[in-house]
Amino acid sequence: MKTLWNNYRYLFFRRFTQIGLLILYFGANAWGWKMLQGNLSSSLIMNTIPMSDPYAALQMLAAGAIMATNLLVGVAVATLFYFVIGGRAFCSWVCPINMVTDAANYLREVTGMNKVTGIKQPASRNIRYWVLALSLIISAIMGVTAFEFISPISMVHRGIVFGIGFGWAAVLIIFLFDLFVLKNGWCGHICPLGGFYSILGKFSLIRVKHLEENCTLCMKCKVVCPENHVLHMIGKESLPVLSGECTNCARCIEVCDDDALNFSIRSMAQNKKMGE
Amino acid sequence: MSENIPNKKKKPALTDRRKFILNMARGAGIAAMGGFIWSAFVDEVTASQLLLRPPGALKESDFLKTCIKCGLCVEACPYDTLVLAKPGDHKPLGTPYFTPREVPCYMCPDIPCVPVCPTGALDTSSVSTDGVLDINSADMGLAVVDEESCIAFWGIQCDACYRACPILGEAITIQYQKNERTGKHAFMKPIVHADACTGCGMCERACVTEKPAIHILPREVAQGKAGDYYIKGWDKEDEKRLVNAKEIKTVTEISKESAEDKLNGNLLEDLY
Repeated sequence: MKTLWNNYRYLFFRRFTQIGLLILYFGANAWGWKMLQGNLSSSLIMNTIPMSDPYAALQMLAAGAIMATNLLVGVAVATLFYFVIGGRAFCSWVCPINMVTDAANYLREVTGMNKVTGIKQPASRNIRYWVLALSLIISAIMGVTAFEFISPISMVHRGIVFGIGFGWAAVLIIFLFDLFVLKNGWCGHICPLGGFYSILGKFSLIRVKHLEENCTLCMKCKVVCPENHVLHMIGKESLPVLSGECTNCARCIEVCDDDALNFSIRSMAQNKKMGE
Repeated sequence: MSENIPNKKKKPALTDRRKFILNMARGAGIAAMGGFIWSAFVDEVTASQLLLRPPGALKESDFLKTCIKCGLCVEACPYDTLVLAKPGDHKPLGTPYFTPREVPCYMCPDIPCVPVCPTGALDTSSVSTDGVLDINSADMGLAVVDEESCIAFWGIQCDACYRACPILGEAITIQYQKNERTGKHAFMKPIVHADACTGCGMCERACVTEKPAIHILPREVAQGKAGDYYIKGWDKEDEKRLVNAKEIKTVTEISKESAEDKLNGNLLEDLY
């Protein structure tokens, strides 16, 4: 069904979640709300349930910090949560940087920047795993959490909740990089947190599924997808999107007018049979 | 291109093996380059020594690896004393600190900032006495008096810091001393006692001088260390330090020349 609502419903929900979470975090610091305290590095939900960034905890482990029980519980909660809703759902439903890079991507599309830079991407999407490994090595050598001191994600999120300082420069750098240097540059190539959630998402339960019978090969899904290599099965086979690099942003589902893409629960049997 | 130049031999295409090795070398090289820049940056941004942490903070090197920068301590602080370092503050990014001249630590008896820490970077046990929270055992820093600018040391009567101190009469005491200049007045000098001072900074906040004459420094910066060479022999407690003392042998090489030759030689040359 081709209606405005159908074509943008998930985008609306995503922006609603992203901004809503920011408001809840902001309210906790500004007005003492108890719904969601802290920030994306570590939070306290309803003043009881802890939730901590597992990647930050991994860096702490590499740096040789003593892990507190409270932190480990928080990490377990976050890991379980993203295991269920899809690892990189963090990227497209929670991360505030997503709005910045989506804006850059949108501008790329409407200004025709993509035609200037060409379709062939000059950089590998595996850089994020290198950065991930590097962050753990540097954490271990320097004895500090390496990515946490440069992370534009926590810089911006913390900035919005606690005061931003020069943090806006990080937003601008990422925006310019994605707009002029590399399409989906930060989120799709470099961000080690995305890399971390990609690995976690390899096993996650909620997946996008393609129905080849309904596909009319319009390829709208491939145009909107920020990680379009994960949609390799479009028009070829009825398969779930199994790559952990899928962010579950659901843009492909909403642009599809032929009901050829939908959310589904991963079936383990199919996973084994078809592979990736 | 090379086809157009007849005399030049065409280079053979890269073998898969060479391609693989070159790609690996390129990846490793870029990773090494990025790694060095990254490490240098992290080393710089974590180098700041002059900042005051919330009560119960681990020692700085442990704090930097343990603090997850969530800001729960900042949200728990009822006086907005604690802030998280922003880009541009020139402090380790995202970590909590306070500036006593702006807002000091008001030493809440229930220490709300410490138990909320999810990682233990703020350690409850270090601000507890016999398992009960005790803010007087906190160790955020140490007040240091600049005797040059403290007007009490000039002979003007001021005890603002002494009155502001939440551990009145213990962390700061007033020392009376005859003012020889007038012959009939007394100096009332504030003296800080390191064992009782928590570094809350209420004295710095209260100080009446244009720039505070009493200010809080982190203990590592403010305090010296006598080392194992010097022990108070008259103090049974201090003598216990001898148990941990390490023997260090220093060897000075004795000249093989006779004293006479040495004195007749070129002494100046030996010196420089």
